[in-house]
Amino acid sequence: MLTTNPFAENVLNIPSYALQGFLILMVIFTIGGVLLDMMHKKNVKFFFENAKKAKLSATKSVATGKKVSIIVKTLAHDVATSAEFCGVTRRITHLLGMYGTIFFWIASAVMIFNTASTSTFYPLLWHVGAIMTCVGGYWFWFVQRVDVRAEGNGWSRIVFADLFVLSLVATSTFGLLWSFFQASNSIGLATLFFVLFVISNVVLFGGVYWSKFAHMFYKPGAAIQKHLAEEDGSRDDLPEPADLPKQYGLGIKRSEPQNY
Amino acid sequence: MSTFVYMTRCDGCGHCVDICPSDIMHIDKLIRRAVNIEPNFCWECYSCVKACPQNAIDVRGYADFAPMGHKVRVLREEEKGVISWKIKFRNGHMKSFVSPITTKPWGKHIPHLAEKDVPNKEAHANNTLYGEPTYLKTGKVPVSNTGLPVMEKVGKLKQGVYY
Repeated sequence: MLTTNPFAENVLNIPSYALQGFLILMVIFTIGGVLLDMMHKKNVKFFFENAKKAKLSATKSVATGKKVSIIVKTLAHDVATSAEFCGVTRRITHLLGMYGTIFFWIASAVMIFNTASTSTFYPLLWHVGAIMTCVGGYWFWFVQRVDVRAEGNGWSRIVFADLFVLSLVATSTFGLLWSFFQASNSIGLATLFFVLFVISNVVLFGGVYWSKFAHMFYKPGAAIQKHLAEEDGSRDDLPEPADLPKQYGLGIKRSEPQNY
Repeated sequence: MSTFVYMTRCDGCGHCVDICPSDIMHIDKLIRRAVNIEPNFCWECYSCVKACPQNAIDVRGYADFAPMGHKVRVLREEEKGVISWKIKFRNGHMKSFVSPITTKPWGKHIPHLAEKDVPNKEAHANNTLYGEPTYLKTGKVPVSNTGLPVMEKVGKLKQGVYY
């Protein structure tokens, strides 16, 4: 099962061009969602206005080479390791979900556009990605989300805000179940889970009214802007670090929040 | 006139929620980032501003405290034990200063009252509060004819904050 391309000989014998068309439609949904999100939240406008303010209060100019170095460092640290999260468990679930989804998408695209390939790498990547997304997604859903951990609501209480995470884990779960039942020749169950897999994909990419995917672009953008502001001296108007040695004072650490 | 959160900086960690004495900093259920749910009840204590590890919280100050729309930004450096403040006026004039973190280790300065003797009838009838004069450190201070403690003059005090 793990090394079989589920799209190659799918249970409903859907031709590869139809699968390719579906994938392109999902990409269009994603781009459309991101554009709608940009218009709704005015992220781009905020970034440009912020950049203008930072330029006015900058104390020194940053060379292009240094800028590139900051961008690369930000991508390698803040983005690739989800460094913005203070909470360890929240960071782990985000990393599992993020890399799991990326693996799943890449493997899906490769396998759909190259169904004739006999490589076992991409099917394996597809299944591993789906499992990672499920682990991270369900961990977040049952334990970590604010409704459960902080507000004390039951895990089964669903609100509209949960549409993204639920459709994400549903896509991976139904994908895995479809692959499993297809490999074990259970045609009825394989058909059921394939249909559910398609529906959950449509909900995930086209149903979220403000695109959750837009944060893939503006969160790295915000992190880069923050580090550039630290370098050019504007520092978002924050004070300079105190000119004092470490362990100067009592060194009292913040107590970690227990509820989030 | 209250705190507000820069969404691009906030990671929804919950430090501000835990520390807010008014219980008005919450995690938004839709975007899962911090939000001040009741700005009218914010008394600008700056607890959340100082606690935020991402420096994501800012304050719209009252006109008496923040005349002409100036800006107050705070940087808390735990390892150095200090909080740096920067006040930026609308005309570009800036003031910066550093103050020590005065938080004490958890439990260290809490009087363990359960281990103390239970106040007797005489103590209940006394006008002094529990622990007086020991906790006020006025035990050795000479008492005047009126019964009030007399403080000796220690010379001219220097300006500034003492810790």
